[in-house]
Amino acid sequence: MSTATDAPKPAEAPRRGSKAPAGERVADWADGRLGIYGLAKANMRKIFPDHWSFLLGEICLYSFIIIILTGVYLTLFFVPSMAEVEYHGSFKPMQGIMMTEAYASALDINFDVRGGLLVRQIHHWAALIFVVGLFCHMFRVFFTGAFRKPREINWLFGFLLLVLAIFTGLTGYSLPDDGLSGIGIRFMEGAILAVPIVGTYLQMFIFGGEFPGHDIIPRFFVAHVLLLPGIMLGLVVAHLILVFYHKHTQFAGPGRTNTNVVGMPLLPVYIAKAGGFFFLVFGVIAAIAATVTINPIWVMGPYRPDQVSTDAQPDWYLGFSEGLVRMMPGLEWVIPGGYTLNFGLLVPLAVFPGLLVVIGAYPFFESWGNRDPREHHIADRPRNAPTRTAFGMAWLTAFGVTMLAGGNDVWAINFNLSINAITWFCRIGFFVLPPIAFIITRRICLGLQRRDREKVLHGRETGVIKRLPHGEFIEVHEPLPQETLHTLTAHDQLTPYEIGPETDENGVRRKVGPLERARARVSRGYYGEHGQIPKPSREEYKEITSGHEHH
Amino acid sequence: MKKLSARRRHPLAALVVLLLALAATGGLYAAFAPAGEAQADNSAQSLAIEEGRQLYDVGCSSCHGSNGQGGSDGPSLVGVGAASVDFQVATGRMPLQQPGPQAPAKPAVYTQAEIDQLAAFIASLGPGPAVPDPDVYDPAQGDVARGGELFRSNCSQCHNFTGEGGALTHGKEAPNLYNVEPRHIYEAMLTGPQNMPSFPDTTLTEQDKRDIIAWLDEVNTSDSAQPGGFALGGYGPVGEGLFAWTIGIGALIAVAVWIGARSTKARKS
Repeated sequence: MSTATDAPKPAEAPRRGSKAPAGERVADWADGRLGIYGLAKANMRKIFPDHWSFLLGEICLYSFIIIILTGVYLTLFFVPSMAEVEYHGSFKPMQGIMMTEAYASALDINFDVRGGLLVRQIHHWAALIFVVGLFCHMFRVFFTGAFRKPREINWLFGFLLLVLAIFTGLTGYSLPDDGLSGIGIRFMEGAILAVPIVGTYLQMFIFGGEFPGHDIIPRFFVAHVLLLPGIMLGLVVAHLILVFYHKHTQFAGPGRTNTNVVGMPLLPVYIAKAGGFFFLVFGVIAAIAATVTINPIWVMGPYRPDQVSTDAQPDWYLGFSEGLVRMMPGLEWVIPGGYTLNFGLLVPLAVFPGLLVVIGAYPFFESWGNRDPREHHIADRPRNAPTRTAFGMAWLTAFGVTMLAGGNDVWAINFNLSINAITWFCRIGFFVLPPIAFIITRRICLGLQRRDREKVLHGRETGVIKRLPHGEFIEVHEPLPQETLHTLTAHDQLTPYEIGPETDENGVRRKVGPLERARARVSRGYYGEHGQIPKPSREEYKEITSGHEHH
Repeated sequence: MKKLSARRRHPLAALVVLLLALAATGGLYAAFAPAGEAQADNSAQSLAIEEGRQLYDVGCSSCHGSNGQGGSDGPSLVGVGAASVDFQVATGRMPLQQPGPQAPAKPAVYTQAEIDQLAAFIASLGPGPAVPDPDVYDPAQGDVARGGELFRSNCSQCHNFTGEGGALTHGKEAPNLYNVEPRHIYEAMLTGPQNMPSFPDTTLTEQDKRDIIAWLDEVNTSDSAQPGGFALGGYGPVGEGLFAWTIGIGALIAVAVWIGARSTKARKS
């Protein structure tokens, strides 16, 4: 066949003006150069499982794309310069005010660029919703255990995306150089100055001189439009490649195992769904941006270091850092030699990354604690991992308390509370509430497990009361359908990791390190007798369902 | 003369002399007394003071003392001036409904005429700032841009950029200035009610105050333009974050659930 060049079939070697459809010819052309047939064959029929919560990541992806598209438009008109100009644009209440070019151009975007205000509001709303989406996506992955092997690296990629998103948001918030963003930069400067020994040097390095200087806006601009989004884009691609490579997790159900994926193919089902979903996300964000103001920089005036406003907060994703600082008492030591240690900022500065790192490192902690080398492709129901779920809720409680503290003044005026009372509530609550949330969540999970066990063994309560011939009243329980029985009992129940006997075969005391003991302790917490309710076994089920009418 | 001397012992003579003498003194007084009209005005003023005093005795004296001297429950009102009374009573802050961190604004208890009488009485206790003329606080005569700059320098640290209000310590607050009458804003700056510092004309001139009022009139009334749409109360990122976490992500999750349900599999059950 390979030598049959003298008698080519029309389909194999199309001549000019051949009858093959245009699409096929284009595809042929591309395949000859890019090898797309192979790629398409491998991926077009790739199966994805169906569940609404698997779309949370897509919300993030689409809002990220929206941010990039609107950001490009804004970049066309924004002037990242701190040179002083007098405003003479079309916004009357700022006429004749001296301001930086950055703020003047931001006002122009709002009032003199066609569609500028809408695009700016879409950009900012999409940014807030992007990070909200990241959180929700991470909740889903965390509480269903979808971060377990082999997906720990991808969890880290996602975590890095969150951290970068926070800092991209911070730099973007600071760019317009309005009053609020200037207060934010000043806050950041204070935090940098609080770093012992190198603080002042860092501050001079970053600001290029005394605050505010003339460098910070151009520098933030480069970070905001190039450096950070560039890294993020790369991470997003890597994240998606790994999702493809690992295949998506799925919830337990009949026919779903750790080694298959049950769902719909990428083409045509998911491409259509995802494409439609993109436009829906864009539509929702655009509708919000068209009707609800975000960051009305035009009434905040240009930033001047001598002016400050109350109700000044960072965007919500940095609210926890703000809250940590607001909660911390303003302790300050001047150590001999004249150095000032500002604990009011230093302690929050240390807790801030700590809160983040805890979630980033969690998958490694769980697999370390349980010595679990297996791959997991079936997502857990949160109740079936009570300790993990409780940990997640404890973290969220601590985060929630810091968010509350970050907005203490706004809560105080809107709910007629004392700001001092709120701050004290948060100071105490930061330490007291997470353990309480941990205990309560764990108990709720265990209760739900008991409920599942009872439902499997005794069936569903029908509410039908029956009177037996000898006078006893019973409630009729209806056995669950087979699929439900499977779903409720499909989860693995590990046994806790044991250190092993105290002595070896010769009766000599084994040497067990404290780390090893801690690991066994952690594992008992996860899978010990107080960590899970044994799911019903086949024997129990048979014994109960055979013979007896009711229980 | 004979006639006169003949009748000088008449029983009515004393009466006539008395009448003549009274007429003479009265006439002389009427002729020489200065500023007769002011005399008439003063009597109206003293009437207002008297009326005000009666209102004061009923509504205010239990805290501020029977002569406005103050006490353990209320500050002295000597020298606070009519402007202060007009602000506190016309915005409903006084009389106080109950003790608290701060007197909140509420519907006014007294009519404007009664407030003027109260103001007259308090003003009579000692010199203080008077109620300003309408010209002084007319926002139309102020410079909005300059007012904004003054507001950000002097007011926004407590009241926020557009005067939406902010929290102070222990339940006190800098109130929201939404739709507050220019006269009351002016009087508040002049007299420094409650936790607010006062800004007499030596600190902020009449023109400065008028500019600030013009700025607030531009950005924080029901007629203010909202180019960005619904303003979420104007409290900044806290409200925006709350919106993103409730309505924003809520709508998107609703859409996700809807999209997730659009498949053959989901329809089966």
